[in-house]
Amino acid sequence: MGSKDARRLFLILLFMPFALWIILLIALPNIGMFILSLQEKVGPRVYTYGIANYVEFVNEPIYWNTLLRTATISLLVTALTLLIGFPVAYYIAKIAKKQSKGALFLLCLIPLWVSDLVRAFGWILLLRETGVVSGALQWLGLIDQPVELLYNDVTVVIGLIYTVILFMIVPLVSTLDGMDDSLVEAGFNLGGGRATVLRRIIIPYAMPGIVAGCIVVFMLTAGSYLTPILLGGKNSMWFTEQIYDQFITRYNWESGATFGVLLLVFTSAVVWLGLRLSGQTLAGTVAKS
Amino acid sequence: MEYDLECESVSKRFGSVLAVDSVSCGIPSGSFFSILGPSGCGKTTLMRMIAGFEEPDSGDTRIEGQSVVATPPNRRNVKMVFQHLALFPMMNVGENIAYGLRCRGADKAEIARRIDDVLERINLPGVAHREIHQLSGGQKQRIAIARCMVLEPALLLLDEPLGALDLKLRESMKIELKQLQHRFGTTFVYITHDQSEALVMSDHVAVMRNGKFEQVGSPQELYRHPQTAFVAEFVGDSNQWHGRVAGRDGSEVKVEADDGPPVIGVEGGGQNLAEGAAVRVFVRPEHIRMQPLGAAAEPAPEPGRNGEQGKIDSLLFNGGNSRVLVRTASDRLIEVDLPDADSAAELREGEDVALSWPRARTMCFSSSE
Repeated sequence: MGSKDARRLFLILLFMPFALWIILLIALPNIGMFILSLQEKVGPRVYTYGIANYVEFVNEPIYWNTLLRTATISLLVTALTLLIGFPVAYYIAKIAKKQSKGALFLLCLIPLWVSDLVRAFGWILLLRETGVVSGALQWLGLIDQPVELLYNDVTVVIGLIYTVILFMIVPLVSTLDGMDDSLVEAGFNLGGGRATVLRRIIIPYAMPGIVAGCIVVFMLTAGSYLTPILLGGKNSMWFTEQIYDQFITRYNWESGATFGVLLLVFTSAVVWLGLRLSGQTLAGTVAKS
Repeated sequence: MEYDLECESVSKRFGSVLAVDSVSCGIPSGSFFSILGPSGCGKTTLMRMIAGFEEPDSGDTRIEGQSVVATPPNRRNVKMVFQHLALFPMMNVGENIAYGLRCRGADKAEIARRIDDVLERINLPGVAHREIHQLSGGQKQRIAIARCMVLEPALLLLDEPLGALDLKLRESMKIELKQLQHRFGTTFVYITHDQSEALVMSDHVAVMRNGKFEQVGSPQELYRHPQTAFVAEFVGDSNQWHGRVAGRDGSEVKVEADDGPPVIGVEGGGQNLAEGAAVRVFVRPEHIRMQPLGAAAEPAPEPGRNGEQGKIDSLLFNGGNSRVLVRTASDRLIEVDLPDADSAAELREGEDVALSWPRARTMCFSSSE
């Protein structure tokens, strides 16, 4: 009996950090946010419960437009990241020689060693009116006066892709790595061309990795704050900026909490829809890679 | 004779290694042809060149008379069963078989009819809707073959597909493969390192070593009349001794063995052994006759036979393939086949026996090659 109890205690202790993390840092804050979002201010320090905050969100087009815009750009970023990341991952997993695989993977990781903030400022140095790119274009004589390359949607999209692409490449590499080369050869041998082999064999095989990468990239992008604000400036209209505004600038915590809950629900709904459309499950994709 | 596949001095080099060294061969239509060799002999490279996955450095490959050196793999009328079968895990059985037909642009009704037809022919009707992971090892083999055969190729390449199966299943799949080949009438090219697979199934076998074909012939030819020491050693079991040529008499050579009494044998592979040349002597266990010595006097060796005496060291019982290990007076071990399983019961370890085997079955090869 004694050893059985000891084993039990050991398992509980092992599980404890995870349980504490889930309960204290994820479940409780979100429950708190949800409760806060249902509070209405009726007078100084007087609150009642109701859905007025949600009604306000629906009635104010700028709010839900920002949310839709954020989701649309995030989906665009996810799609472009997949398009750029897939060939990179395929090269690392299938074409590169064994010795260079590790080095290439490391090269992909290097940007992560620098903080998000510093990387965003790096982009600013490159793209601002007096920046490197503008200067180089002038020196080459392609333009005759400085151009401002910051503060537009294209820059935000590029910056976001740069920030999140690694999270697409890692699951893709691990899925493609598990694919036997003879599957591709069999695809050719049985009469398929390059396009057929890609469409009917490689992509279906990599589907769990593609879906996992897309979910992570989409969630990270939709919830990102630094990159859109620094590279997009005042025009970025990113939903996380609205949340920040409500909490910090306007000191309207109830409304900020409402937006937070809405962002979570909305992005989760998009992910759920994506899973339904691709016929994958959360357990079969994100949990696997 | 009509050939489905012809290779003409095909060579392939990987860095400093000459993987395939000027191989030429012609494979007659409708035959079962095996390429037998140890791992690293270049057989896989040769097959990958036939399939189009590797480009030969020199030489020509012709399929049904047409040179295919410049043809990409997906345009060659050669299909391949991969070592680990490479069935597509994300498709079910029917979709796997339909893949090649769809690449050709066949219509739906045609595809459905062909799938049913080929599943019938491999004795697995009605499995089209099963998933790949629901099949047993032997069923997967047959589906992999069906996936190729439904495209009616000129040539089917098989890359050691039985390697992953357990022994019992492998034995039955050998027979099954041979029958499938008969039923389809397609030329099969089978790559293996397992000599028993090659002997049992093939019409012709090429023994490959260091990128070259050592000998091409029917299984019987390879077994009875090996042309080189390598073939004699690799195909079938043999007792093997080293020695030197001490003299010759017509077609027979007298060999002074390094560790035993002299034997008289014949030169294998039409070579001409010089006196004093180092040789390897091969005698198959089934050619050795064993008699109990008993109380009788030493029997005079019969004409045309070699003889030696020894004690039974151990009995290797294996049903119909039982053997005896005999330790001779010169302290070497000789393996002898038993004619039937019952005779094993009459033998005792330590019993004195006389061995004899025909000179004509004592094959001598120069050991310098």
